[in-house]
Amino acid sequence: MPGSVANFLWCLGTLFELCFVVCSLVRKSFGRYFFLNLYFILSVLVSAARFLTLNSYGQESDQYTYTYFYTDALLTLGLFVALISLYSHVFGELGFSKQIRFGAVLLLLGTAAFSYGVVRQSEGRLATSFAYELSQNLYFVGLVLTYILWGAVLKLREARTRLVQIILALGLYFSAYAASYALLNLADKYAVIQYLSQLLACLLPLSLSITMLRHTEDSRIATAPLVAVQR
Amino acid sequence: MMAALILVFSLATLGMFFVSYCRSLVAACSQYSLSAEVRDVTGIRTAAEAEDFTRVVQVLQLCPDRAEDRTSLQAVGLYHSLLTLVQNTAAKLAPSLRTWAEQERAHCAQFAAVTLDRRIAFSREMLARQAEL
Repeated sequence: MPGSVANFLWCLGTLFELCFVVCSLVRKSFGRYFFLNLYFILSVLVSAARFLTLNSYGQESDQYTYTYFYTDALLTLGLFVALISLYSHVFGELGFSKQIRFGAVLLLLGTAAFSYGVVRQSEGRLATSFAYELSQNLYFVGLVLTYILWGAVLKLREARTRLVQIILALGLYFSAYAASYALLNLADKYAVIQYLSQLLACLLPLSLSITMLRHTEDSRIATAPLVAVQR
Repeated sequence: MMAALILVFSLATLGMFFVSYCRSLVAACSQYSLSAEVRDVTGIRTAAEAEDFTRVVQVLQLCPDRAEDRTSLQAVGLYHSLLTLVQNTAAKLAPSLRTWAEQERAHCAQFAAVTLDRRIAFSREMLARQAEL
């Protein structure tokens, strides 16, 4: 990743991720949003691993490239699991948890198979290409899943403010990330697009920390007026 | 072609999630009753109006900054700008859109006033703590 701006955003993002975990602990919500916390803890560990690899081998080394793409795929998987755990929050009371887990595994396997199908022709770094393709596809799948989850929240009149804001923040994150991946494919020569993903990585934990701090688990909100296009 | 389609879909959902997220931030403040001081300072009599937003934000800039409300305020500020744009362009063709945009801008002003109230309370608390030391 290039330059001091990227390094600054990287540090800031890691700081906000730690901040979210601390906020969850302070507000006694660590267990309730366990997989989201696990994702951020994983993200902090990944940052440390990337930093060590960068320091030891340099930015242009194969070691750093492998570490970067494999850990990126791992993080995307972590976020996918966190998103599925939010499905369990919304649908848990209806007794659909088992079906959700089964569906999530199927979807994950399907995405992995599709990603493999796309990259199997590529010569050389097949595993790295697969990791990159899987990440990219999982972001798009995540976006579609968040969109469906938001629809379910509106339909079921889910009123927990925290849950609603977490889902909306994730929706923003997934859609912005998917858009930045698409932009990167369309116009990779513009360096500014590469900073977008890091900026987004800062905004997600920050917005979730604010939600944790500002609202309690008992806070409620009416979701019907939140729809972007009113009927 | 595929990347362009994904881009269009992502941007559409980004817009939808952004509006809903901003409305969730604003809605969480709609029931909050403003203190007498904030009413005096901002000139808000009963409920915040669409035109109050800019004035309240100017007053907010005079208060000590708080990291935890900065991002939300920026997001709502962007939402307010978009609404103003809608009001000045598309709403001229559809009067119902104009009323809706006006209401939304008033909610944004209420959000800014609540943020001001919280910042004043926070500054007071800090001053009290310093005095104790």
